[in-house]
Amino acid sequence: MKFERYGIGIAKGMALTFRHLFRSPITIQYPDEKLVTSRRIRGNELVWFPEKCTGCATCAKSCPQGNIVISTHRGEGSKFEVDIFEIDSGRCIFCGLCVESCPYDALAMGLSYECAKYRRGDLILSKEKLAVSANHQPSAYYRPQFEDKLPKQSLLLYNQAEGGQKLKFLPLSKRKRGSGA
Amino acid sequence: MPIKTEPFYLNIGPQHPSTHGVFRLRVALDGEVVVGVEPIIGYLHRGIEKLAETRTYTQTIPFTDRLDYLSSMTNNLAYCLAVEKLGGLKVPERAEYIRVIFSEIMRISSHMMAVGFFLNDLGAMMTPVLYMWREREKIMDMFEMVCGQRLLYNYMRIGGVSQNLPDDFMPAVKKFLAEMPKYIDEYDQLLAQNEILLARSKGVGILSKDTAIGIGASGPVLRASGVKWDIRKMDPYSIYERFDFEVPTGDTGDCYDRYWVRMLEIRQSVRILEQAIAQIPEKGAVCADVPQFFRPPRGEAYGYLEGPKGNIGFYIVSDGSIAPYRLHIYPPTLINITALSDMVIGWKVADLIIIFGSIDVVLGEIDR
Repeated sequence: MKFERYGIGIAKGMALTFRHLFRSPITIQYPDEKLVTSRRIRGNELVWFPEKCTGCATCAKSCPQGNIVISTHRGEGSKFEVDIFEIDSGRCIFCGLCVESCPYDALAMGLSYECAKYRRGDLILSKEKLAVSANHQPSAYYRPQFEDKLPKQSLLLYNQAEGGQKLKFLPLSKRKRGSGA
Repeated sequence: MPIKTEPFYLNIGPQHPSTHGVFRLRVALDGEVVVGVEPIIGYLHRGIEKLAETRTYTQTIPFTDRLDYLSSMTNNLAYCLAVEKLGGLKVPERAEYIRVIFSEIMRISSHMMAVGFFLNDLGAMMTPVLYMWREREKIMDMFEMVCGQRLLYNYMRIGGVSQNLPDDFMPAVKKFLAEMPKYIDEYDQLLAQNEILLARSKGVGILSKDTAIGIGASGPVLRASGVKWDIRKMDPYSIYERFDFEVPTGDTGDCYDRYWVRMLEIRQSVRILEQAIAQIPEKGAVCADVPQFFRPPRGEAYGYLEGPKGNIGFYIVSDGSIAPYRLHIYPPTLINITALSDMVIGWKVADLIIIFGSIDVVLGEIDR
């Protein structure tokens, strides 16, 4: 292949690359700094509200993986009490269909996304692990009533002046990585 | 005296060096020249067609995400179109616009991955990819805002979409569209006239017009060969007949044309998005009233659309129960990859890699 003016294209590309030397960073140092996730995040856990749940098992029917185990017995009056409510988060695909199908808003997606465990058995979320608590809060996925409580998502689209997260070069001394967690 | 020679067989993969997925190529070589190529597929087979037979119509939607995982939204949409055709459902106006907006954003995102990794195969190790990922991150932020995840969206529903748009979405997408042409110019400045790119891809891996039509190729691979075929224009689904856009085509059907057609399509997607953002109704329902265990009447339907990789179709046979009797997926990249041997024979091994990259394959879709 013949080129009339060899080098123009590369010079143009290098000019662009050179311009990028002087812009502000567009990445963050992940384990040390974190972006705020979406309010509707489908995190790797689910949040269960025991007082709202009637044990109707609509969530178990809607699960594409057949992953929700629920067993009830008749309590006082017409109320059913839940004996077992288990979700194996190792088999869950976090599609959120159980949350969408729940007629009593008793199930919601969680916020956490760092759920690595050392044993497979630890991935099974029992009634106690699923129940809502102070550090186990629901996300606003299909539950718009929780939207106001959650912090605003930090979008990379906006820079700091427009309300986005501050992105900066983190010096090596401030990084915790490699210090033996 | 002629020396007796025989072809040398080389296995590329199952872990392909430029990892487009788990894929194996059995290449017959004469020296460095490719004389035969045989793609061996099936390493990522999960039996999604069979899984769908034991699941309800709604429960299959998360599995369609896992076909072509770089364009989950259009897979979801194609499946939902097929079920809606089967059940004769009508989609609300606002939901149709939301579907178009997300299909086009998905197309931009998928083409960025395609072009970026095509250049990665070419030897521009990670630099162009990272330029394109800067914008793709912004797109994924918007997807995360609306449907909660960054890769497997599960957003489309039978008869609409799962949730309404949050308040922050419209300002974000408007800002993105205002910035996007500037960024595409930046990619063009970096790449379009780059001598290395031109030397490596111009005239390499030519797919002729007749062969492209003959094998049934679709998407940018077909249009790069000079065939003006786009389902959005030819058989408009959803509300695509309301938008004004062009179908970019290439001249020769070489690797450069396939790259260039994708860049032009990103610009056209931005055009469609601008019109959709201007026309979308402010209020209204986003999903038709469809029961959880939807029972379409007995019959069959084929829903198809122009995905980022080509014509993706879902063929559903219903026996009137809550689960499909049979689901067949028509994957665009499986059809496009059949053109590989037509394109690579006579080229060197280094060219094989970029020709393979220029088809833009996703193995999740080929193996299903």
